[in-house]
Amino acid sequence: MSLRAKGMTVAFGKLTAVSTVDLEIADGEVVALLGPSGCGKSTLLRALAGLEPTAVGTVEWDEQDLAGVPVHRRGFGLVFQDGQLFPHRDVAGNVAFGLRMLRVPDGERQARVAELLSLVGLDGYQRRRVTELSGGEQQRVALARALAPRPRLLLLDEPLSALDRALREQLALDLARVLAEAGTTALVVTHDHDEAFTLADRVAVMRAGSIVQTGRPEQVWRCPADEQTAAFLGARTVLDATVADGRAATPLGVVGLPWAPAGRVRIALRPNALRADPDGSVDAEVLGRVHRRDHVRLVVRPSTVDIGEVDAVAPVGAAPQVGERVRLALDPDGVAVLPSA
Amino acid sequence: MIATALIPLGFLAVFFVWPVAAIVHRGLSAGGVAAVLGRADTWELVGFTLGQAAASTAVALLAGMPVAFVTARVRLPWIGLLRVLVLVPFVLPTIVVGLAFRTLIPDGGVVAIVLANAFFNVAVVARTVGGLWTHLDRRAEDAARSLGASRLTAFRTVTLPALAPAVGSAAAVVFLFSATSFGVVLVLGAAEYRTLETEIYLRTVELFDLPGAAALSLLQIVAVLAALVAGAVARRRRESALRLRAKEETARRPVGPEWTVVALALAIVGLLMTPIVAMVLRSLSTSDGWGLAGYRALAGTGDRGVLAVSGVDAALNSLRTATDATALALVLGLTASVVLVSLRRGRHRAALVEAVDTALMLPLGVSAVTVGFGYLITLDALPGDLRTSPLLVPLAQALVITPLIIRIMVPVLSSIDTRLRQAAATLGAGPVRVWREVDLPLAARSLLSAAAFGYVVALGEFGATSFLARPDAPTLPVAIGALISRPGELNNQMAYAACTLLMVVTVAVVLLVERLRAPAANLGEF
Repeated sequence: MSLRAKGMTVAFGKLTAVSTVDLEIADGEVVALLGPSGCGKSTLLRALAGLEPTAVGTVEWDEQDLAGVPVHRRGFGLVFQDGQLFPHRDVAGNVAFGLRMLRVPDGERQARVAELLSLVGLDGYQRRRVTELSGGEQQRVALARALAPRPRLLLLDEPLSALDRALREQLALDLARVLAEAGTTALVVTHDHDEAFTLADRVAVMRAGSIVQTGRPEQVWRCPADEQTAAFLGARTVLDATVADGRAATPLGVVGLPWAPAGRVRIALRPNALRADPDGSVDAEVLGRVHRRDHVRLVVRPSTVDIGEVDAVAPVGAAPQVGERVRLALDPDGVAVLPSA
Repeated sequence: MIATALIPLGFLAVFFVWPVAAIVHRGLSAGGVAAVLGRADTWELVGFTLGQAAASTAVALLAGMPVAFVTARVRLPWIGLLRVLVLVPFVLPTIVVGLAFRTLIPDGGVVAIVLANAFFNVAVVARTVGGLWTHLDRRAEDAARSLGASRLTAFRTVTLPALAPAVGSAAAVVFLFSATSFGVVLVLGAAEYRTLETEIYLRTVELFDLPGAAALSLLQIVAVLAALVAGAVARRRRESALRLRAKEETARRPVGPEWTVVALALAIVGLLMTPIVAMVLRSLSTSDGWGLAGYRALAGTGDRGVLAVSGVDAALNSLRTATDATALALVLGLTASVVLVSLRRGRHRAALVEAVDTALMLPLGVSAVTVGFGYLITLDALPGDLRTSPLLVPLAQALVITPLIIRIMVPVLSSIDTRLRQAAATLGAGPVRVWREVDLPLAARSLLSAAAFGYVVALGEFGATSFLARPDAPTLPVAIGALISRPGELNNQMAYAACTLLMVVTVAVVLLVERLRAPAANLGEF
């Protein structure tokens, strides 16, 4: 019960959207395909579903080549960014669609619809019109519809991107729970790393048509494959450092990184790698500040070391003003380690 | 998919290309075509045909634009009624339109012909341009205004260029209809003004001058092809370039100078109603005051038995014929639309798709008389002599209305989100099942409205029907044609009464269509 794609290439005329990609998804595993918009991740997902012809390479399910298997016989569910519910059917009609295609008897079908609506938190919504649902409810129905025929693999194409932020975070947690409860093998395409790390057992980072790194979420988060991947994951300031005894000596001070390999490395800092701290070792001038949800984001210029402007964070209650000086300390949570150049 | 395409194309080949080619061939092989083409009066004929078509197109565009604006951009309680009223002239039988204008301008002439053609086609402009205007993003205009453009400048520099493809497409269709209009010119032009269409009729039916008719048919086909290609080019630009919005976002109460345009549109619709009202009044006025003599006479065969059957029988015959024609055209039109939309979605060459599209539109523009006469000399080669079959007239009418059904259905079917169909496919629906489960239910209301629309056009079809209908089974328009060509107060009364009846049926169907019209169908071209 596993998917294996080998050397997949998808081209539109002269434009190569996906180039020689290898990808494996094990039984019950949830993999996130993470990358910036336009990197070819949605095209890869559509090619796996059979919606885009693969120019080169193979897609196999349990070692069976899927090249000649049309979309409707692959048994792969698909959830679109904007639901794509059938407007002429009610909620139950949408969820039951795949079951009708499988000729599931009526009673069984109704029971399964009720079960799935309950799973996605929409008990009793059977007779509602889909056009009257909110965006979040529509996406839940779309998920129930895709899960109803028990697909071998569930493909989710930016399933939460069309929703507003608070709803997105709630639904991401719900989605993770539903996928775990249903034990579904799934591939989620997203450009949002929070979403990817919330949902996935394994993350594949994609850039310009190729997969540049795959690994467990914390692995990708802590050790991006290269500088561009680190920048995509929000770590934009790159410094040289030396790791010994689980501690990294950097131009901005020493920070404990017990998981980092010893020796000369490069580290990449996210904004939260530098925190305002009265006992910090770095002195800096505040050049700019903006309020974020639960902290203040600063732009600072350290005076002790010549690395130009960097990002830092401060608690909302004790944030310095522009022009003031601030003391900063390194926070290991914001530090990623790059492979040595 | 290619195999499915063979059904409508096959029909087109047997019931259109073959008869037309046979006529042209017969004409060419008899010789004398060169002589016809060399004569000065042939080119005068061409000049008059194109000239009156160009003038009609210009008038229809001028009158149609304000109406398009009002139906697309204005939110007022009575706009729905306005939309229905504008559509009425287009579905009126051409013979009725001709007759309506004769009650206003008894002497006929060029002005009457141009006005009648424009009257007939204002709906095409209002619908085609209004359809696009409805869905045009208002914010581009707002941006221009905020950058300092006046209302007029914003319209001229932003809105009009965005509408240009629809205007071009409408102009091509109106030009086509006006250049081949038959009933109107026949009734209003009398013997003095002739177009290619009426001349082909005259030469074929009365002078038996086949080489002449064939030469003129060839000329007409060339002109029609040019107009169709222009329309196809305009359509393609339109489909690629625009971000469209839902109507709710674009319509609002008029402000300031917009009221002037609203008043103008109302005046135009008022003018459109004048010939219709005049005709209704005429049908009710007898030599001794108001009365229903004309309507009562429909139970009989007219003064001195002009008709072989009673007016009521002709009406019933009309309903039967139009029903058969609509059923046939629905099967053909739907198949053709599905094929066209699939071709466009697939990775086929755009040129091939456009060629199929244009081929399916051809019957709109080729002389109905040519087609009708072609039937008479070719269809005996088919098993079961169709020439004497009651199916002959429905076949010809289906040929006329199938392109209209295609023009309504193609935009609706293409507007169905491909991803909706892909969602169905990933849930296990095969290609045919996807059409049945997704496309058909979503397009059902438009299909119904296309059927009703085709039905009224078939009901009013005059050109081919007048040529093919057997004398003992005339349709109502053919009966009207016979009645007005004979003297007698009662015959005239009867003709006007029959016209009014035909119009009442038409308006009732149009009202029904408007109620059925799905929101998505607003992008349709008529």
